[in-house]
Amino acid sequence: MIFDSIFEFTDNLFISLTVNAALPLVFIIPFALFAVWWERKVSAHMQDRLGPMRVGKHGWLQTVADILKLIQKEDIVPKVADRTLFNIAPVLTFMGSYAVFAAIPFAGAYIGSDIDLGLLYIVAVSGLVVVGILMAGWASNNKYSLLGAMRSTAQIISYEIPTVVVILTMVIVGGSFNLRELSETQSANMFNWFIFGGSYPIMTKIALIPLMIIAFIIIYISSLAEVNRTPFDIPEAESELVGGYHTEYSGMKFAMFFLSEYANMFAVSVLVASLFLGGYHSPFGYLGDLVGSPLLKGFEQFFWFTFKGLLLVTVQMWLRWTLPRLRVDQLMALCWKYLIPISILNFVIVALLMVL
Amino acid sequence: MTEFGKILAFMILAIVFVIVGIFTAYLIRPHRPTDEKLLTYECGENAQGSPWVRFNFRFYIVALIFLIFDVEIVLLVPWVLIYQEYGILGFLTGFIFIFLLVAGMIYEWRKGDLEWDRPESEKFMANTFKLPKLTLPAKKIKEEVTN
Repeated sequence: MIFDSIFEFTDNLFISLTVNAALPLVFIIPFALFAVWWERKVSAHMQDRLGPMRVGKHGWLQTVADILKLIQKEDIVPKVADRTLFNIAPVLTFMGSYAVFAAIPFAGAYIGSDIDLGLLYIVAVSGLVVVGILMAGWASNNKYSLLGAMRSTAQIISYEIPTVVVILTMVIVGGSFNLRELSETQSANMFNWFIFGGSYPIMTKIALIPLMIIAFIIIYISSLAEVNRTPFDIPEAESELVGGYHTEYSGMKFAMFFLSEYANMFAVSVLVASLFLGGYHSPFGYLGDLVGSPLLKGFEQFFWFTFKGLLLVTVQMWLRWTLPRLRVDQLMALCWKYLIPISILNFVIVALLMVL
Repeated sequence: MTEFGKILAFMILAIVFVIVGIFTAYLIRPHRPTDEKLLTYECGENAQGSPWVRFNFRFYIVALIFLIFDVEIVLLVPWVLIYQEYGILGFLTGFIFIFLLVAGMIYEWRKGDLEWDRPESEKFMANTFKLPKLTLPAKKIKEEVTN
């Protein structure tokens, strides 16, 4: 664990706590800058355009320039807005999406906080994002913001149920709420990943594979809805609601909402990857094991973690340009009439299978 | 240092990060508010009426159903970890619980509370309150009233 080694090295609680908590932030900010550029590039190439080309080679510095622009922008708080809540909302939203990373293992040697109930903590703390969004919509005192916040809240809490049911299914299969332990049970090679039935005897494995694939599809769909991505983006549908809950925000506060949205995208992607695709584990062996260098192994694990997260984020962007937006009644019908019954049935079958 | 202390450090760091970011922008950015700028944004028009428009009461129903499901799921959390020790009996205990949850859900579904629009709401109202219809023959109304 990195925290213990820093603590031994410096013998200062404050420094080691800060470094421990700051490591994901150091990763998330460059990731968000990259992901915004990547999204623009992916969508441009899908529509046969070039996307940003001016700033840097193929526009790779575009988002850095955007951030520099956003810092200089005037911060407008509408006269009718509730100032206190208006200012607290971006803080709360970012805190909710950042605190999730405390329980996600980035590599075998690094997990922010190794609590036993990691998955339950992730579900609970991501609820803070809902409060932040509702607060932003409420405080703006604007019709679009309020409607966007209401839709967003209804959508996030509805799709939380299939997510949690699938998480409980995975806890039955994996036997722990801690994501690091769950990732460790999927080690060695890719056929130990839970999407291939985990490291169970061959008969159980074959019975589990179709159930796991259904669970994977359900949690991927509902995680898309939880981060308000297309095809579930009616909370910020540009054609009817301008910008949804952040219509009135400008400058740095808007940037914080944007940052927390991209942090959320990455968080749900790596959550799905940790549950089904082996987390930070390599699909085959490690070079570090061959050479006998734990440091190299750690970097390899971090590489695979980032690779899987980025892959799932790219699929999210791909879906954005493939599927049209759902209507609000279709959105609720999909959640309550398809995803929840299927996920509960799946949960019961897996539970029965594991005691037989 | 417990593991929850580290989580607290995460949360405090996130708050500090946002505040430092906004404060840096505060030092650099211009601040020239005008009356026009501070108006509520409504696509360039003057804002019409109060922003507190009436919105669909379905949001309230969704929140209620979510609350029931969420509580039930929280009660399942300890069960998923330990039921395998009790074998098939442990499974049945949880299954009865889930069965009740599903029965409640089927009831909601039949009642039409999972529909966003409720196209048949008139029919539901008529069934619930047993309103005698004016088109019915007078004799039948008399029967229903006496019943």
